[in-house]
Amino acid sequence: MARILMCPPEHYGIEYEINPWMNTQRQADHALAAEQWSRLRDLLESLGATIEQLTPVAGLPDLVFTANAGMIHGDRVILSRFRHPQRQGEEAVDAAWFSENGFQVERLPEEHFFEGAGDALFCGSTLFGGYHIRSDAAAQQEVGRLVGCRVLPLELVDPYYYHLDTCFCPLTPTAAVWFPHAFDEYGRRVIRAEIPELIEVQEDEARSFACNAVVVGSDVVTNTGCPDLHRQLKAAGFTPHETPLSEFVKAGGSAKCLTLRLDGEEAATW
Amino acid sequence: MMNDSQAASPTSPNEPTAEVEVRGHIIDSLILPKVLDLITSAGGHFEIKDISIGEQRTDPSHARLTVTAPSDERLQEILNAIFDHGAVPVDQYDCRWEAADMDGAFPEGFYSTTNQRTQVRIDGKWVEVADQEMDCGICVDPAHRTARCVPMVAVKKGQAYVVGHRGVRVFPPQRIDAAHGFEFMNSAVSTEKPKSVAVREVARELFQARQSGSRTIVVAGPAVVHTGSAGQLCELIRRGYVQYLFAGNALAVHDIEQAMFGTSLGVNLDRGTSVEAGHEHHLRAINRVRRAGSISRAVEKGIVSSGIMFECVRQGVDFVLAGSIRDDGPLPDVITDVLKAQQAMRDCIRQAGFCLMLATTLHSIAVGNLLPAWIPVVCVDINPSTVIKLNDRGSFQTTGIVTDVAPFLHTLLEELDRQESQA
Repeated sequence: MARILMCPPEHYGIEYEINPWMNTQRQADHALAAEQWSRLRDLLESLGATIEQLTPVAGLPDLVFTANAGMIHGDRVILSRFRHPQRQGEEAVDAAWFSENGFQVERLPEEHFFEGAGDALFCGSTLFGGYHIRSDAAAQQEVGRLVGCRVLPLELVDPYYYHLDTCFCPLTPTAAVWFPHAFDEYGRRVIRAEIPELIEVQEDEARSFACNAVVVGSDVVTNTGCPDLHRQLKAAGFTPHETPLSEFVKAGGSAKCLTLRLDGEEAATW
Repeated sequence: MMNDSQAASPTSPNEPTAEVEVRGHIIDSLILPKVLDLITSAGGHFEIKDISIGEQRTDPSHARLTVTAPSDERLQEILNAIFDHGAVPVDQYDCRWEAADMDGAFPEGFYSTTNQRTQVRIDGKWVEVADQEMDCGICVDPAHRTARCVPMVAVKKGQAYVVGHRGVRVFPPQRIDAAHGFEFMNSAVSTEKPKSVAVREVARELFQARQSGSRTIVVAGPAVVHTGSAGQLCELIRRGYVQYLFAGNALAVHDIEQAMFGTSLGVNLDRGTSVEAGHEHHLRAINRVRRAGSISRAVEKGIVSSGIMFECVRQGVDFVLAGSIRDDGPLPDVITDVLKAQQAMRDCIRQAGFCLMLATTLHSIAVGNLLPAWIPVVCVDINPSTVIKLNDRGSFQTTGIVTDVAPFLHTLLEELDRQESQA
């Protein structure tokens, strides 16, 4: 059964600007955010997932985006090292939760930046690692060395798609959703060569965080506003679901960012 | 068609370079081609020093590159750009060292030197390695931030020696460029090249060395005497073109025999005929010098009054005569402990700027082993294999002139006359 870590948006808000989506003048509606978060949790539970909760901490508004806590591999977690000081306070909170919940916590050397499942997604046994905007290419290689897997670092070239999970979502070991324009030519060639079944997202839906999807079995959960992707997913045999997450899009996050799969993503075969 | 300078090797030895490494699944991820493309599109060049490709799908690969750019600023820009993609400078670390745990041997894993200019990083600063010599260890003094090459036999317990390759950088061998005069040499051994051009270049080198006060080493074999060329070498010494002479017992013995008896190994050098009881001449010559105590004492006493050794004593040329197991005598000046002989040569080499090797294989190789790569070497030998052996042993700076030493010295003196008269 799928186990997912989420953090209630009690202290969520736009308190700083560390990506192009964030604007402290355009605050999130706190009550609406709480409602959207609850609806996402309920939807995932209805799909059979067990939701674990991380206790929110005042002053850490982005703790709600648990995808960035670390990268799970079996009972190990490679803890994130956030690039921006605004989020570095999350590391100790995440580490404590993982330790208390039976994970072996591993840290990268200090010179690396690595933002967990936000930038590190398995498709099959290969780890696809986003780099340049938040995580480092060298950090991705180090993660691969630690867990003994093949890593293909992909450069992210559009600041709106600053994490890999905003433009790429593995569905199965051989299929993924992606937005090609977020990658450079080298990255596009790698993805096309490695993943046989690719579902391409159009720009307007990519902006609605279509790629930031949560996959539970053959169910795929996204933000609202992604009809073309949903049509393609249905045609490919998946069951798409939508739930409004507008208040989190204001901070540059959506369904996937709000979750961390603790038992390994559907597409991972390790 | 592929453009060589684009694809690989650096264009000029004076361009700034840096060594970087890229690890991981750099082939499948296209990270390596991307890094290489970035280097060339930014106006740099790369040379892949080594590459290992992972055998299994999960095995990482590794590549080490030398990046060259037209300026320091451009190099830094390129390094910053490729760093982003995981290409890490090899030399971002200090060198590591270990204390020698015994006299006469390095710690395990010691860094073995080349004859090329080398620096080591200590406390974040690059330090020039002194006394550069191949096949040595690098002894560091971290407190004073100094480093120098030390041969194995000279290791003292407790000295700190660099281990591993980290924090060590070696500057690419500088091909002797046009500014240095040897542009006529595209291949190291020139059997087919016009000798007069080559000799003219050597003359220019010697002349410039004398003008600038730089010191020249001549390494000479006994063939210089046998072939009747001692007089020409004497003239070079008299005219101030030689500051150090390295040879064996034989050269000095035959030279002194000639000075005393007019023969070399009993053969009259003027007539080319054997002299009665001439085979004893060289032993009698050695005996007289031994009785005098040294070559310089023999010169003082008038026992030796001409020849190469005589000129050396008179002109104050430092000579190092290194012994071998088949020496007759030997002459009292011959250093029979090879390690002491090596050290005596090292002491001279530190001051030298040019080296001319004449008709000797073993001494040429021995000196070649001690010379740093930036001292140009011209090796004159009738046998091309001498030069080839020097190159094979890493003395890449050697230019070979395959010819009998007698016509070489004759032409060299003529060329020097011309240079001097034009000056």
